[in-house]
Amino acid sequence: MVIEQFGWLIPVFPLVAFLLIVGVTYRFKLLSAIVATFFAGLSLALSVLIMVQKVINPVTTEKFINWLSISTPTQTLLNIQLGYLMDPLAAVMSFIVTLVATLVLLYSIGYMKGDEGFSRYFAYISLFTFSMLGLVISNNYFQTFFFWELVGLCSYLLIGFWFFKPEAADASKKAFITNRWADFGFLVGIIGLFTVFGTFNFGQLATQIPQYQNALILLGLGLLVFLGPVGKSAQFPFHVWLPDAMEGPTPISALIHAATMVAAGIYLVARGYALFYSVENVMQVIAYVGGFTALFAATIALVQKDIKRILAFSTLSQLGYMMMALGVGSMTSGMFHLTTHAFFKALLFLGAGSIIHAVHNQDIFKMGGLAKKMPISSWTFVIGSLALCGIFPLAGFWSKDEILTVTLQHHFVGLFVLGTLVAFLTAFYMFRLIFIALFGQKRSDHHAHESPWTMTLPLIILAVFSIFAGLVNTPWFYQWTGFSFSTLVYFHEPEIPVIHWSIAGLSTVAALLGIFTAWMIYARRLISADMLATKMSFLHRVLSNKYYIDELYAWLFKYVMLGLGKVLDFVDHVVIDGLFDGTAGAIRATGVRLRLFQTGRLQQYALLIFVAVAILVLWGVR
Amino acid sequence: MSLLSYIILTPFIGAAMLVLIPEKQTTFIKLVSALFAFIGLALSFYLFLNYDKSLGGMQFVENIPWIKAFAINYKLGADGLSVSMALLTGIIWFAGVLVTWNLQERVKEFFIYMLILVGGVFGVFLSLDLLVLFIFLEIAVIPKFILIHIWGSGKKEYSAMKYTLYLLAGSAFSLIALILIYIHSSTLDVTQLALITYSVPFQKFIFFLLLIGFGVIVPLWPLHRWTPDGHSSAPTAISMLLAGVIMKLGGYALIRVGIGVFPAGAAFWAPLIAVIAVVNCIYIALVAMVQKDLKYVVANSSISHMGYVLIGIAAMNTISLTGAASQMFAHGIMAALFFALVGAIYNKTHTRMLADFGGLAFQMPRAATLFLITGLASLGLPGFFNFVAEFLIFAGAFKVYPVLTTVTILAVVITAIYVLRVVQQMFFGPRNPKWDSLTDLKGIELVPLVFLAVILLWFGLVPSSITNLINQGIDPIVAQIGGAL
Repeated sequence: MVIEQFGWLIPVFPLVAFLLIVGVTYRFKLLSAIVATFFAGLSLALSVLIMVQKVINPVTTEKFINWLSISTPTQTLLNIQLGYLMDPLAAVMSFIVTLVATLVLLYSIGYMKGDEGFSRYFAYISLFTFSMLGLVISNNYFQTFFFWELVGLCSYLLIGFWFFKPEAADASKKAFITNRWADFGFLVGIIGLFTVFGTFNFGQLATQIPQYQNALILLGLGLLVFLGPVGKSAQFPFHVWLPDAMEGPTPISALIHAATMVAAGIYLVARGYALFYSVENVMQVIAYVGGFTALFAATIALVQKDIKRILAFSTLSQLGYMMMALGVGSMTSGMFHLTTHAFFKALLFLGAGSIIHAVHNQDIFKMGGLAKKMPISSWTFVIGSLALCGIFPLAGFWSKDEILTVTLQHHFVGLFVLGTLVAFLTAFYMFRLIFIALFGQKRSDHHAHESPWTMTLPLIILAVFSIFAGLVNTPWFYQWTGFSFSTLVYFHEPEIPVIHWSIAGLSTVAALLGIFTAWMIYARRLISADMLATKMSFLHRVLSNKYYIDELYAWLFKYVMLGLGKVLDFVDHVVIDGLFDGTAGAIRATGVRLRLFQTGRLQQYALLIFVAVAILVLWGVR
Repeated sequence: MSLLSYIILTPFIGAAMLVLIPEKQTTFIKLVSALFAFIGLALSFYLFLNYDKSLGGMQFVENIPWIKAFAINYKLGADGLSVSMALLTGIIWFAGVLVTWNLQERVKEFFIYMLILVGGVFGVFLSLDLLVLFIFLEIAVIPKFILIHIWGSGKKEYSAMKYTLYLLAGSAFSLIALILIYIHSSTLDVTQLALITYSVPFQKFIFFLLLIGFGVIVPLWPLHRWTPDGHSSAPTAISMLLAGVIMKLGGYALIRVGIGVFPAGAAFWAPLIAVIAVVNCIYIALVAMVQKDLKYVVANSSISHMGYVLIGIAAMNTISLTGAASQMFAHGIMAALFFALVGAIYNKTHTRMLADFGGLAFQMPRAATLFLITGLASLGLPGFFNFVAEFLIFAGAFKVYPVLTTVTILAVVITAIYVLRVVQQMFFGPRNPKWDSLTDLKGIELVPLVFLAVILLWFGLVPSSITNLINQGIDPIVAQIGGAL
């Protein structure tokens, strides 16, 4: 129990690393990397200890200090806490974040070697990890929002790490601003919650919300708060930033896609589940937004050529799965998929980084034949892909099966069909990538070679997790140890894991079919990919251009927002200035005219006086 | 004499000292100015620390009869609101002197006028008699005309005249209100005025006059047009003082006199203020987005941010008013920092046109970092005091005007857009060889910038160290509203 009292140190370690790097070790590149990795490792060790403790005794620890309060002499009107909430959910999330962060840091030592901004990079990642962990252990919406925004800032800094590349600068700005639009809703939602319930605290809200009667207000608040996760977890229609976010260094993509950014949205929905769960319509919105995103992104991934872009759309799609799971009513399965996905998506991105590092190219059609040149990177990549596709008995199999099962159990038949279809598409696009990039002939003049151990070791560790992590939510594991993921992380009632072989079989068939189709087209070339592309050229063009949504947003920004700005600028300069300058001008002009009467010539005044007197006299005489 | 008199007198004594120094001795003039600025900062910080929070209310009160026949007194006093505003003034004064360190042209006169201006600002924040307050307000306004006219840039004559005409026209309205109040009550002592019960029509009329009079300073749309030109023409330190403290005089006076004395009048006009606040925030933010001159972006951004203060005032509750006053403090520091940076960068690049910039982060990484920090504070990123202030405003105002507040919060998004666009246009992109001869900010250039940034961070991380004080100053004013409604 003692160790848990120090759980708030989990985010503090990376903060210390950040401050140390910025303040002390900035000039000593390797030292900066060691500091960052070491402190992240400390956080990881502490997270593991706490998670073990949560497994043994799943109680909730909450501590806080009052950070800000506004009051009248008689009552407190607003009280904001700086809090520490450690329950199994937070423990699992801390573990994922610190594990991925530590591995990414280790990996980056090799990957970022020779970069001018080496220390800056490690400082940013430390700050990123700190922000994410601060969010994870938060006990209230305000603090969550606080760190939520810092997470957004760090993603901005890291996506735009190579600020001299115009694409990177654009992408970082896009990420921040897209998230800002979503956070607008989140912020209004939090303030609305405070206005209605008078608190930001998760626990207090969880007890008050179910008793609250006005469903319409809850619906509004639920949807507003949900906008935050829609942005952060890149759900449709706020997904546009995530594919562009690959402009950052590749390890950052691993971090963003697996642990520190997009996971925040899913985590928030789980953390604030009491709010969403209380209104059925909100849950439906979450489920359908997630389901739609899953399908939408998977279709785009089918035709992309950039290895990171394919993975990015895959992340979008998988996040859609998680949202869908949360929306249909199973917090456990959403969080479980988040966990397994963190491992294999981090693995895939780091693997992709290793490949890009070797061939200096991101176009899969310029790779080919890598499996022989870089076996560790390639085969771990295959493991990650199999896990992602949900092939038995890898991690993704268990979590995806779980999601499809709960979707059907909660009578979302449409979403179930959709989810199965996505499983097929996922397998297809991943193995399209694999057959083109890793196997077959060399497609360009590259001299690929295996990466150094600091890069391959994280791959191996993540591959091990990608294989075995799913087992923690199987009946066998439960019988053996007496606990499972679903008895640890749950809303209301713990569940004992069961396997639905029919659903598992169906999704496995879908995935195998996807792999088989990809094999037919891209390995055996029984069907020509080019022919398909020309036959369905319209569809191909739409998918390649990501349904033109980026173009639509760019148009809206340019013509609506900037246009409005120009109109208002015109109003300022011409209408308002015209009015006031005109008034001043009119006064001045009047003055100029009136001045003519004050010539200073006495004769003129005398003449005027004479004329005036004459008029008066004549008038009097009459 | 009390502490408050010393604070007000410090800049005036400084000005008198400068008169005696030969104008050729510019370094000595600057040192003396810096010394007095430091004394002013130290005294206002001393006031901040020594205001007794356990007692609250008006402290350090000083009451010297001035025009006995008309019951006009030189009356000073400070509550949490005035203390925080005085601290703000001290901080910006000090930073303003430091950024002017390289001034060459007519140094002596510049600092004399600047000191007079600062003295006027302290006077407004610390006086409790309306006539004294009004006189100090005019003292703060007038030197600005000369400062812009002589040391300014661009179309400075036009800007200086525009600024002066707008503000004097506003003063005319306040003066009418002042006279009517005096005729009605035979006193101009703010604390006594607050005890009197006025008829509601009288309150409505007086508040309207004050709203225009003080609103011009805030500035309130559509009376805001003096701001962009005024800022862009003004020399750096004067832009800092203009956005940092002068604009706050309007908000301060509206809270202290408008709401504090005429709560029913304020309540009547509050919905209008709320609507104008939305216009301020959104409309001006959109205008800021299409500006081509960096200083116009920052100037418009200031107007937009003062819109938050306005909606905080319009909501008239403890949370929103504490937020509004906090925002005046936070925005004051942030705007000063922004203008200081723009000035420092302009001194090197000799351009303010956004299209000319690009890739500057290579040559000036420190400037880029500071600019980004300031931009983040401006867009309300948690960690900076601006976020706390804005959050309090929104949390307070949402109860009263849920829809208008929601629309106002959109300004947070638009701010992010224009701030990050500017950051990208100036600093990001490929290295541009034309900046290779530039040196990054260093030494004394960095001192005021880091100083201001640290203050924003400090209060952003430990906000209660100042919000409690402001809260205490707001309490009696809100109690006044409760009594009136």
